[in-house]
Parts: sequence; C-alpha cells; structure tokens
Amino acid sequence: MTLEASAITVRFGGIRAVEDVSLRLHQGEIVGLIGPNGAGKTTLVNVLSGFQRPRAGRIALNGEDATRWPAHRFARNGVVRTFQAVRLYPGMTVAENVETALVGTGLGRAAARGQALEILNYLGLTGRAALPAKALSYGDERRVGIARALAMEPRFLLLDEPAAGLNIGEAEELDRTIARIRDDFSCGILVIEHNMALVMNLCERLHVLATGRTLAEGTPAEVMANPAFKDAYLGADA
Amino acid sequence: MSNLVPVLIDAFSVGGLYALTALGIGLIFSVMRLANFAHAEFVTVPAYALFVLSAQPTVMAISAAVLVAVVLSLATERAAFRPLRGIDPATMLIASFTVSMFLQRLLVFAFDSRLKPVDPLAFLSGSVPLFGVSVNLLKLTTVITCLVLLVALTLFLKYTRFGLEMRAAAEDFTMSRLLGVRANRVIATAFVLSALLAAVVAVLFSAQTGFVQPRFGLQIVIIAFVATVIGGLGNLLGAAVGGFLVGVVATLLQTYLPPDLRPFREAFLFLIVIVVLLFRPQGLFPARGLKERI
Repeated sequence: MTLEASAITVRFGGIRAVEDVSLRLHQGEIVGLIGPNGAGKTTLVNVLSGFQRPRAGRIALNGEDATRWPAHRFARNGVVRTFQAVRLYPGMTVAENVETALVGTGLGRAAARGQALEILNYLGLTGRAALPAKALSYGDERRVGIARALAMEPRFLLLDEPAAGLNIGEAEELDRTIARIRDDFSCGILVIEHNMALVMNLCERLHVLATGRTLAEGTPAEVMANPAFKDAYLGADA
Repeated sequence: MSNLVPVLIDAFSVGGLYALTALGIGLIFSVMRLANFAHAEFVTVPAYALFVLSAQPTVMAISAAVLVAVVLSLATERAAFRPLRGIDPATMLIASFTVSMFLQRLLVFAFDSRLKPVDPLAFLSGSVPLFGVSVNLLKLTTVITCLVLLVALTLFLKYTRFGLEMRAAAEDFTMSRLLGVRANRVIATAFVLSALLAAVVAVLFSAQTGFVQPRFGLQIVIIAFVATVIGGLGNLLGAAVGGFLVGVVATLLQTYLPPDLRPFREAFLFLIVIVVLLFRPQGLFPARGLKERI
C-alpha cells in the first residue's frame, strides 16, 4: 500500500508554499520530512491529509486518485494525521478523547471504552486516562494526540512535529514509541521533525524541503552526503 | 422556614423551566454555533398540539406534543439550517428569526391570536403537604421533572455514544468530523434533544399558565436566552445554572420587592443581569474556544 504525492504545488497568494514536490510513503516504513521553518513541511502534510487542495499535482492512495478528497475521507481510509497544536478536546478526559475516535470508527460506547484503555496502556498513559485533557503536561498531551490517531486504525500516520517542545529524554522515548507503532500497526509513518539526530536514527528515508522545493531525498546517509543538503540545511562548510 | 418552602418551590419551578429552555438553546448552540430563536416555536407549537388534543387522554396529548416538537425541529433543521451550515453565525441567527416569525404567523393564521385554554395536567391541580406546608402539586412536579431531565441529560452526554459525539462536536467540530463523527447525525441529535426539552417545557408551562397563544414560547425563550448569556454561551452547565438563577432571582424579586415595585420586577431582573455582565462579560461559565472555528 502506498500514499503518493506527485508534483504537488501549493501557492498562497503569490507565495509558493510547495513547488513541484513528489513524495511516496509505503506501508511499514518511516520517512522523515525535514527542512527549516517555512520550508513547506506542514503544507505538504496538509495536502497529504486533505486539509489543503494543491494548485497542481495529484495525491493517490493505493493508486486511487484522492486529490479532491475532504479530510475526513482521508481519515476514514486510514490516512491519519496529528497536529502541531495537538487539538485534544480540553474539557473531556483523556480516555474520552480516544473513545471519540473509536466511536467514529463505528464502535459502541462500551467497546470503545475498553479499546481506549488498551491503546492508552500501549502508550504508557494508563495513569492519565481519567484526567481532563487540559490538565496534561506538554509531552503527555502529544502522546494522547498519538493515541487518538492510533484509535483511527491508521495505515498511514502523518506526525506533525511530534517531538516539538519535548526534552531530549522524552524525544528519544517518543522515537522508540514511533518505531514500535510502525512494527505493531505495520503502518507507514511520515514524521516532521527538526532534530536531526532523532531523525537519523528513526527514519529509513528522509525527504528534505527548502523554500517549498525538494532539496534532497534518500537514506539518511545519502542525504547527509548530499552537497546541496549540507549547503542549505546545515549551513556552508558544515 | 415554613414560608420559605413554597417560595423555594416557586423559584425552582420557574427556574427549572428556564433551565430546560436554556439547555434546549444551548445544546444546538454548542454544536453548531446557532442561536436558535425558533426555539420559541419549538415550545409554542407543541403547546398548540395540547390545545387541539385537549379532549384526548393526557398521555396521548402529551405524546403527540412531543412528536410534533421533534418533527418540527428536524424539519426546521433540514429545511432552514442545513443549507446554511458553515455560513457565519449572524446569517444563521437571522434565519432562525425568519423561521420563528414564519411559524408564529402560521399559528395566527391557523388559530387566530386569541388565548386558547389548555390544561394538560389537570390532575395535578391539588396540593400536598411538604415540610409542614402545603405545596402546589403542579409546581412540585415541575421541579422534579426538571431535575430528573437534567440528570438524564447529563447521563446521556456522559455515558452514551451519541452523547460523547455531541460533546466532542461541541468542543471542536472540525476535529470531530476528522475523527469520524458524522456531522448530520450529531446535529440531528442536538435538534431532537432540544425539541424534547421544548415539548416538556410546553406541557409544564402551559399547565402553569392555563392558556396558549402564538407568542407563548417567546416569553420564556427570551428569558432563557438571557439565562444562556449569563451562564456562558456554549456551555451547557452554564445554561442550566443560568436558567435556575434567573428563575430564582425573578421569583425572589416577586416575593420580596415592596408591592409598589413588583410591577417592575423585570426591570430589576435585567438590572442584575447587566451588573453580572459588567463583571463577567463572558458569562459565569465561559465556554472555551468560542471564536476558534476553522
């Protein structure tokens, strides 16, 4: 199974947010989407999840044209994303946040409750289940965001800066969690990440964006050896 | 103490009706940011159903009133509000005025605008002793019904699938759609619940007043809107508390104001409302993220 973006272009007014970018995500692999601020990473994830219609280009899910699908259709077909801002329901408990996603897949309330606890347990959040979401720490909030995404039975999981605001220890823990999710849910994962060290360990492939264009792609080693990447992303002489 | 009990029963029987009405308005507002003025007719029309069926057995008349309210509310949602969904709240507000006016005129057309006698709960006209004083049975029933409905609604929202979806939609509609919550179903659920509450208010309020006229629902809905604002728009707990509060304050003013000032009870009530809003412009329990709706 494949989620594929071909020659995607997105413009906001005169600004080219994404220009002629192609990216392919297979089931069972972890791809890192990296680049400086304003490179178009989130815009590309928005396009891949139906939140942004591209000006040009095509999105295909398992070969089927999904370019004009609304966001909830992507989600229903297993393309699930998280948000930088997480967007939990602040007034509901952690368990209820996850249950809502499960109920959305057609489960009854009792079944949803049971499964929500399993997912929370899987992510080490059992102790948080009864807390209101607004009481969570930053790191826990992000993990609950991932729990809610897992509840939607993702085949492709798009994580928008899941490690933002976490300390190094938490971020490394998150990396292990993401790898575990790939193994246990056998889904394809696209991670937006700033921290190069984390990305290098986690991802099989990297896709580097700079000012809306693809700067480099390949294995982490290939990307690191790419002169254009060294020049633009790490700075000259890096 | 002995003369406090009837005052309290009075206060809570009035406040309870305001609370149920405010909740009916609040349920729809929280899910789709629609301040539904047509809620007045969700109350008035079933009250007319009670009038039309006044010769029928009580159970049948009340069931019919409930059915009429639900059908009317679903039809209104489908015909008037669904085509406007996603348009700015001001447009939907105007649309709800239009629906309200249309239904009101329709009632004048069908029944003329004179008062029609109704007495759907005639068997509750007596009194019962409570804490050593005699308490009007209808008012006691009103208080109990309101409390039971508040508890039932709370349980529904907390423990059922539809309730969970409604709360999720109320907190973040866009996110909920993404999580697979069906927008149409959640909104229809909100309208059905709102109509059920409106029908109950129609039965209890018409039993208290003894008549129905085309602006029957409006008088209570106007106050309930004030209650919703006091409680905090978009917050159901706030709507319920605001409703009770306004009812209780109105009754206490009626009871304890000097007799010469009693005709101006509403002026004092709204003065208090203004003072509250001066200090808490978002209401007593402000809802989160009222503006954020992307």
